[in-house]
Amino acid sequence: MISIPMEFGLILAGTLFVLGLIGLMVRRNIIFVLMSIEIMINAAGAAFIFAGAKWGEPDGQIMFLFILAMSAAEVAVGLGLILQIYHKFQTLDGDTVSKMRG
Amino acid sequence: MEILFYIASIVAVVSTIMVITRLNAVHALLYLVVSLLAVALIFFIIGAPFIAVLEVIIYAGAIMVLFLFVVMMLNLGKIAVEQERRWLSPGIWIGPAILSLILLLELIFMFAHSSQAIQATMISPKEVGVTLFGPYLLGVELAAMLLLASIVGAYHLSKRKKKAKHRFMEETAE
Amino acid sequence: MLELLWLIPALPFAGFLILALFGSRLSRQSAAVIGVGSVGLSAILTLGIAIRFISSPPADHAFSQMLWQWISVDAFQPAITLYLDALSLVFIFVITFVGFFIHLYSSLFMYEEEGYSRFFAYMNLFVGSMLTLVLGNNLLLLYLGWEGVGLCSYLLIGFWYKDSENGYAARKAFVVTRVGDTAMAIGLFLLFTSFGTLDIQKLLQQAPQEWTINSTQAVLAAALLLGGAVGKSAQLPLQTWLPDAMAGPTPVSALIHAATMVTAGVYLIARTHVLFTLAPAVQTAVAVVGALTLLMAGFTALTQRDIKRVLAYSTISQIGYMFLGLGVGAWSAAVFHFMTHAFFKALLFLGAGVIIFVLHHEHDMFKMGGLRKKLPVTFWTFLIGSASLAALPLITAGFYSKDMILWYTFAGEQGNDWLWAAGLAGAFITSIYTFRMVFVTFYGEAQAEITHKPGMQLKVPLIVLAVFSLIAGFIELPHTLGHLTLFSHFMHSALPPTEVLHESVSLELLLQVIAAIAVLLGIYIAYHIFIRNRSIANNLTASGPGALLHRFWYSGWGFDKVYDTLFVNPLVWFAKINRNDFIDLIYTGIAGTSREFHRQLTRTQTGRLRWYATGIVIGAIITITVVVYL
Repeated sequence: MISIPMEFGLILAGTLFVLGLIGLMVRRNIIFVLMSIEIMINAAGAAFIFAGAKWGEPDGQIMFLFILAMSAAEVAVGLGLILQIYHKFQTLDGDTVSKMRG
Repeated sequence: MEILFYIASIVAVVSTIMVITRLNAVHALLYLVVSLLAVALIFFIIGAPFIAVLEVIIYAGAIMVLFLFVVMMLNLGKIAVEQERRWLSPGIWIGPAILSLILLLELIFMFAHSSQAIQATMISPKEVGVTLFGPYLLGVELAAMLLLASIVGAYHLSKRKKKAKHRFMEETAE
Repeated sequence: MLELLWLIPALPFAGFLILALFGSRLSRQSAAVIGVGSVGLSAILTLGIAIRFISSPPADHAFSQMLWQWISVDAFQPAITLYLDALSLVFIFVITFVGFFIHLYSSLFMYEEEGYSRFFAYMNLFVGSMLTLVLGNNLLLLYLGWEGVGLCSYLLIGFWYKDSENGYAARKAFVVTRVGDTAMAIGLFLLFTSFGTLDIQKLLQQAPQEWTINSTQAVLAAALLLGGAVGKSAQLPLQTWLPDAMAGPTPVSALIHAATMVTAGVYLIARTHVLFTLAPAVQTAVAVVGALTLLMAGFTALTQRDIKRVLAYSTISQIGYMFLGLGVGAWSAAVFHFMTHAFFKALLFLGAGVIIFVLHHEHDMFKMGGLRKKLPVTFWTFLIGSASLAALPLITAGFYSKDMILWYTFAGEQGNDWLWAAGLAGAFITSIYTFRMVFVTFYGEAQAEITHKPGMQLKVPLIVLAVFSLIAGFIELPHTLGHLTLFSHFMHSALPPTEVLHESVSLELLLQVIAAIAVLLGIYIAYHIFIRNRSIANNLTASGPGALLHRFWYSGWGFDKVYDTLFVNPLVWFAKINRNDFIDLIYTGIAGTSREFHRQLTRTQTGRLRWYATGIVIGAIITITVVVYL
């Protein structure tokens, strides 16, 4: 049996999450933004898996399952939106399509 | 076996860094697949084989393929890469990197207090399934509804040549 | 019968409500019927209750009727309770009766005026408030009525609001009386914190047990109440509003600024006489204030040309007599003088009103003249009122009441020779200025043409009040003249009798003779100057010191000027430099700051996804830092 320090697992999850965050903040292309979000979701799920493994309970994995389902739904809708945006504006630049200016 | 975990971790982190720095969307997606596969390996090592399998099939498989399809449908090509190059000037990375680093350091500092080890006890798919359809049944149903909603939503959004505009969209004739 | 007490104030209030709500739709006749009728019914009811009260007095000579609990907060539980005793009975009698006749008079006097129903609505509200004031069994209810009459006074002085002068006069009256009212309110707070109740009867019982004579609290409470009384009753130093209050319609001057409201201060002091007994210094102050006021106002009245201003200053002066009486402990005498004064002063005002009415709003006496033949009823009733005001011996009511005050001022336990001398000098001056007014107005050559004759509604009140001005005095006769003590005996159930130091019929007779001579001398002087030889008056006022004195008196001893310099002008100056209101600057500053913040925050809403993500990260960092590390 192997033994991994708990904090290492969580640091890994945190690192992945933060990398996703950097991507979210830096990229203008909304496909990359969506990918960054996927990275972050996956990192959050990983944190659940590590925690579940720590206690030897299946609950962490079940949380991952739910996150997976949510992620799948989000990607489906998100990609649909990307397609529509591209058809409307002929660009994937998140800044040019913005209508949220206050 | 621990060495595998660490190697997989490094692969995951490196490939994720590659994802967010690539100019070409297809390259980024492929790195993302690598990252997900590495994470799947980590899951397998710490005793979650069921999730590892799902990670490979659904994440690295289905979702990423969906991404690829979309990218190919849009057919971005060289112009998009040039555009990305313009957008990603080196200066733009500094702010987000510093902020994220602070956040990461804070997280690491928080985790550093606990020094418990993960004993990789194997949790079989059966155990997961029993718990999933036992106490979490309601969650499963909610997830099912969410997926249904997303199917409808995705269908609705992807339809072309519609007259009734979505309310987020500009009123432009197609 | 006594159970119907609540109807007495309720009827005028009902009249007010009807007139206020539907006044614009009512014809003049029905407005008059409602306005006059409600007060008339109150008067009839008062008569019935008075008969019942006198013929078979209730236990303790007082009747109280609780209507409902007003406020109930811990120990603070004032109720709407009416309290009827001898003192309040006299007051409600005068208020409703004199009030009724003045309403009747107004129904014709105001007929041509715009806002006829508004006038009656205010008048009814006034009568209701005044009745609340005198019937309230606790000081808070009294204060409600007190402020109610103040409000009505303000509304009615400014009745002809289209002329801004009247608005100024109304405002002046309101603000000046407010000075006194504030003192009174503080006095009520003091009483409540000391005794935990504002119920007048409980207060009067507890005060002598808990406070020693001349204790600081007693002096303070009495002084603050005196402040309120001085403001409302237009005594020194807050008398300046009353002459200007004559800007209102004449019936208003008669009812509010002569007969009833201005005597509320007298009522207040009489009602809380125990507190004043506990503070002899303040009681002496009451007497001194009264004496000074009656002299000051008397001299001022000597010089006025406006008939209503003469009457206004004479009112101040006569209330000064009442204060003098209260100050020397002659409670009953003061109330008696209140009653007779209400009759003859209302009569004089109404008479003056008739003159003004028939001469087309002419107020200057020196432009009237020679009205004796043309207005016989007015002349004779006015003469009776004047005689009563001047305290013409034996036949007039004013003589008996004023004589009673003077007698107690001289002979009473708290009496003082100087105060008596002031009172006597006041009586002398009163007779001069009163008959100056009569002679100038009714004798001599006619200066103006009469355009129309006074109607019945004007004459009847004059006649009735004239009769009262003559006979009201006979219910209380001094030792020298039959010694009838119906009134003071009746009042002793509510007010303590006055102790007399040297009871001596011969002394009393001597004093009466002196007072009578003073009055007759005054009348003779007035006759000499204003009928036989007008030039004397002109010579007096033309020369250097005489003219100076005349001007000084004419301006009301310069009080207005002093107050203008001391209070009004600095305030106006301050208001002017503060036109943009520096307090507002705070609020506009707050608004401006928040608008600026809004502008800055709007700039953060770029609509860029990346920017929002950065915001979330910064927020997360701050939150984690605060929650985990701090």
